[in-house]
Amino acid sequence: MMRATPSDLPLALDGVCLRIGSTTVLDRLDLTITPGAPTLVVGPNGSGKTTLLRLCMQLVRPTEGRMSWGGRADAGQGRRAILFQKPVMLRRSAAANVCYALAQIGYPRHLRAACTHELLDRVGLADLAARPARHLSGGEQQRVALARALARQPEILLLDEPTASLDPAATLHVEEIIRTAAQSGTKIVMASHDLGQVRRLAGDVVFMVRGRVCEQATAVDFFDRPSTPEAAAFIRGDLVL
Amino acid sequence: MPESVDAWQLIAGGDATLFAIVRLSLAVSLSAVAIAVLVGLPLGALLALTRFPGRSAMIVVLNGFMGLPPVVVGLTVYLLLSRSGPLGEFGLLFTPAAMVIAQALLVLPIIAALARQTIEDLWSEYRDELTAMGVSPAGRVATLLWDSRFSLVTALLAGFGRAAAEVGTVMIVGGNIEGFTRTMTTTIALETSKGNLPLAMGLGIILIGIIIAINAAAWGLRLWSERRAG
Ligand SMILES: Nc1ncnc2c1ncn2[C@@H]1O[C@H](COP(=O)(O)OP(=O)(O)OP(=O)(O)O)[C@@H](O)[C@H]1O
Ligand SMILES: [Mg+2]
Repeated sequence: MMRATPSDLPLALDGVCLRIGSTTVLDRLDLTITPGAPTLVVGPNGSGKTTLLRLCMQLVRPTEGRMSWGGRADAGQGRRAILFQKPVMLRRSAAANVCYALAQIGYPRHLRAACTHELLDRVGLADLAARPARHLSGGEQQRVALARALARQPEILLLDEPTASLDPAATLHVEEIIRTAAQSGTKIVMASHDLGQVRRLAGDVVFMVRGRVCEQATAVDFFDRPSTPEAAAFIRGDLVL
Repeated sequence: MPESVDAWQLIAGGDATLFAIVRLSLAVSLSAVAIAVLVGLPLGALLALTRFPGRSAMIVVLNGFMGLPPVVVGLTVYLLLSRSGPLGEFGLLFTPAAMVIAQALLVLPIIAALARQTIEDLWSEYRDELTAMGVSPAGRVATLLWDSRFSLVTALLAGFGRAAAEVGTVMIVGGNIEGFTRTMTTTIALETSKGNLPLAMGLGIILIGIIIAINAAAWGLRLWSERRAG
């Protein structure tokens, strides 16, 4: 329905730096995100994964370098959605949170209730629809936030450690949702610490260390033939500093 | 104390003078709060959501004005409305309208400052999510006002409590004219000095009852909203 807006893909970063005060959070990133299988962003804490996703969402702008979305220098209000590492629930019911996101994309009013129910059902929360969202558990809130992101029918879905506070069953369930979304043409860009999850989902991997892209490769190459010692150490489970 | 017995008799007997005074007081204070809300909420939202030079100074002044001395507000409005003042031609001095204006000015900083704080706190929480959902500026304001509505009502009740209880502005700009601009607080001040304690005490009891009822309402609203909206 919202397919009139121009595509945001490929999403390209060209020499992108982000400096905040005297710290360099991201350092000379060259990266192109193209349609296809999920791109997984991995790396130790503080390596810049969240910041990279925020740049892709145009919530922050680079202090140096250029970004483009489908060839345009400004993303506009496109078909992107993000699931934050720490999602914030609006002070409303779970259903109202999802419905709010539908309203923002101009989804027809009389169809919103049905669509909200369908989305909450998809993330396994249909019976919690009427609960105040802020009273839900961390994992439940994360799934409401996923439903809210899916409500935007995104072309690019940015996910920041979407399963970090989920139990194993919910994790597999959410991975299934992500896989389904990817198969139906949504470009997934997802930060994760969980190497097992990366193996299960990734088409390609962006490996970050200290604000730089250390390695970018297909998932198979990344795990079987890491080209940098840092990546090899990260895969072995050694500390990368 | 025989006075207190008489006071209760006045209340229970539905004394006409007494209830006319109560009615006028409530009408003046409610109108003042309504005006302060109409101006104060947009002002608070504007201060919360925009950045401009002098904003910090404005916030400091606004917060300071929450404790404006009523007599000073009364004096200022008196000077504005008096016959030789800039607004003297409207002949508003010593009318209920003048009292509404003065109380609105007294309450405006309370409502604007509390609204600013509430909306700004909520915005810092919501900013990323609302931006990511592409919410328009008008939509943001509507969402923030709606989601902080319970806190805003508390601010409004605080403003009403202040207006209903103050004596300084209404005394100066209303003139305490019997049957016309005499409110609960000015009557209490006058009747006490004249020694008519039953009427003064009757009004005092009603005034305290109103203030307690307002605070109970604010308290109940808070509990209820925490359960409802989280
Ligand atoms: N607004 C900011 N001001 C200062 N430093 C910042 C800011 N935002 C991020 N940083 C720094 O940039 C680095 C990267 O942060 P980021 O949140 O992107 O890491 P991350 O890879 O997502 O880490 P994690 O795995 O813990 O989520 C961190 O060292 C962080 O302290
Ligand atoms: Mg992060």
